[in-house]
Amino acid sequence: MTDNVREITYRDAVREAIREALRADPNVFLMGEDVGRYGGCYAVTKGLLDEFGPERIRDTPLSESAFVGAGIGAALGGMRPIVEIMTVNFSLLALDQIVNNAATIRHMSGGQFQVPVVIRMATGAGRQLAAQHSHSLEGWYAHIPGLKVITPATLEDARFMLVAALADPNPVLIFEHVMLYNRSGVLSSDGPVDICSAVVRRPGKDVTLVTYGGTLFKTLDAAESLAKDGVEAEVIDLRVLRPLDADAVLASVRKTRRAVIVDEGWRSGSVSAEISARIMEGAFWELDAPVGRVCSAEVPIPYPHHLEEAALPQPEAIIAAAKATLGG
Amino acid sequence: MNESHSIKPHLTREHLLGLLHGMIRVRRFEEKCAELYQQEKIRGFMHLYIGEEAIAAGVMQALAPADAVVTTYREHGHALARGVSIDAVMAEMYGKAEGCSHGRGGSMHLFDAATRFYGGNAIVGGGLPLAVGLALAEKMQQRDGIAACFFGEGAVAEGEFHECLNMAELWRLPVLFICENNLYAMGTRLERSESQPDIHIKAQSYNVPAEVVDGMDVVAVEAATRRVCAAIRGGGGPALLECRTYRFRAHSMFDPQLYRDRAEIEDWKHRDPIDRLASWMRETGVLHDTDVTAIEAQVDAEITRAVGFAESGRWEPVAELARDVYAGEGAP
Repeated sequence: MTDNVREITYRDAVREAIREALRADPNVFLMGEDVGRYGGCYAVTKGLLDEFGPERIRDTPLSESAFVGAGIGAALGGMRPIVEIMTVNFSLLALDQIVNNAATIRHMSGGQFQVPVVIRMATGAGRQLAAQHSHSLEGWYAHIPGLKVITPATLEDARFMLVAALADPNPVLIFEHVMLYNRSGVLSSDGPVDICSAVVRRPGKDVTLVTYGGTLFKTLDAAESLAKDGVEAEVIDLRVLRPLDADAVLASVRKTRRAVIVDEGWRSGSVSAEISARIMEGAFWELDAPVGRVCSAEVPIPYPHHLEEAALPQPEAIIAAAKATLGG
Repeated sequence: MNESHSIKPHLTREHLLGLLHGMIRVRRFEEKCAELYQQEKIRGFMHLYIGEEAIAAGVMQALAPADAVVTTYREHGHALARGVSIDAVMAEMYGKAEGCSHGRGGSMHLFDAATRFYGGNAIVGGGLPLAVGLALAEKMQQRDGIAACFFGEGAVAEGEFHECLNMAELWRLPVLFICENNLYAMGTRLERSESQPDIHIKAQSYNVPAEVVDGMDVVAVEAATRRVCAAIRGGGGPALLECRTYRFRAHSMFDPQLYRDRAEIEDWKHRDPIDRLASWMRETGVLHDTDVTAIEAQVDAEITRAVGFAESGRWEPVAELARDVYAGEGAP
């Protein structure tokens, strides 16, 4: 394939994944607000309408509950819908359909029906979009049995997780962090990738830094700085928030004996809280220091750049938290 | 042409007896459920369809096996009229593994893949988007099925009703919306929750063809459903039937009915859909006393058998608790 010799953005990678899925299976279609003529709120779906037409690149009314529920219904009816919701904040208007229908129907029907729908949405802060477009609520969805929740951070995951999600017979939610769309690079593989495991993005022996999605690169930057100070941090990209690959986290923590979790969600009741609890349950006696956390400040994300940055996890805070586990 | 695709009902003695049988069967099933609830064989929330039988019995006449059905938590009658096994429905009431939802759903969540019965949905309005999606799947796969979606008049206050009527019409999807207007959303009478209580008018504002039907007249329901289904199957887009009806029993088994007068209930009981069809059949000379006796005997035997089936069913082993949360996972 040609993808692996040219530089592409995360946005291009997601678009290529959608295009490939649409070409591969006539039952795959995309629907959401402004995915067609407008080209997608974040320009992810630009050009797809021309190639696939309005039946398969389906602009919807601003009716999140109806079109997300229609995606669930279409999946019940044999289609493989990709539903795009502009941001996770808007997905709250479809929470009933996602939580009460998509997540329950297989179990509640005694396994007779399955809901192979894929729901993509943007998440996260960093674009000065204030408190109704910037939150990281993927942890809420990770609370729900029956859903799978994936958070591609790298170009390769952006490019190849979608095909795995579509092949999965369960409802899969994909969270794309808004600050990742413009990241670019050369794809390092032709796939495929799984949607069940965490991955070590940087090996190290002194402290484990656990993160996912938009904070992966901040965490890798922090690890780079730590290395200059002689601290070898191991960076784990969770990739999948449900089901959680706790074994990968525990294996690393047993080696490094220290852990810091970096999560753009708020600390209280978060993914970071869950990871911390899993470490307590599975590796308490192997810890040399309390588990640290770097999360968003517990405020609605504010508009001004300096306050938004202050609210979010930053490399400096990650470095400090990592050093704290080393007694520094 | 499939019998279910015929535009008009054929009012033969045999057909009318079938409708009467269907309604009596649901009535007797519900009465048995009430009895079993008192005995604590059935638990949880349970909502009876007594008084509303003509709607399920009439609508299902016009549906084909390839059509999809989405319904509410007051759905025992829909399931039975659709052809879901009465044994499996009763076992589901008990929560037994032989139930139509493997015991996982209970009274409010009857599912059956064989009859494309996509569930009792217990979130008011929550089934409408599913029906829109099922209809979209029919259209995109160039199949000629329709999605029939039952909901109560309470759902009209939900945003999903408005979103779905709009989207179904915008995309010209084969959805039959059936509003079972029994006047009360639990204890809230329609006029107390809707600025415009004429539901069909709301549908018309979305350009969805809509008509009001006497929901206590099974023949009228069947005739209207056949007519609108023919239009939907012909590519006419969605349609809505507002079936005006009344539940003779409480909302659920926990409802002391403080919100309505006994006189009103008695008044509606004079319009009982079963009595009404039977009287009309008697007047036209197609119903004999022995017919009713025979139907009742047959239905009672069937229900007795269903109760026996449920009683002798097995409890799902706790080891299977996590089965079917995800595909292929949780099996012991």
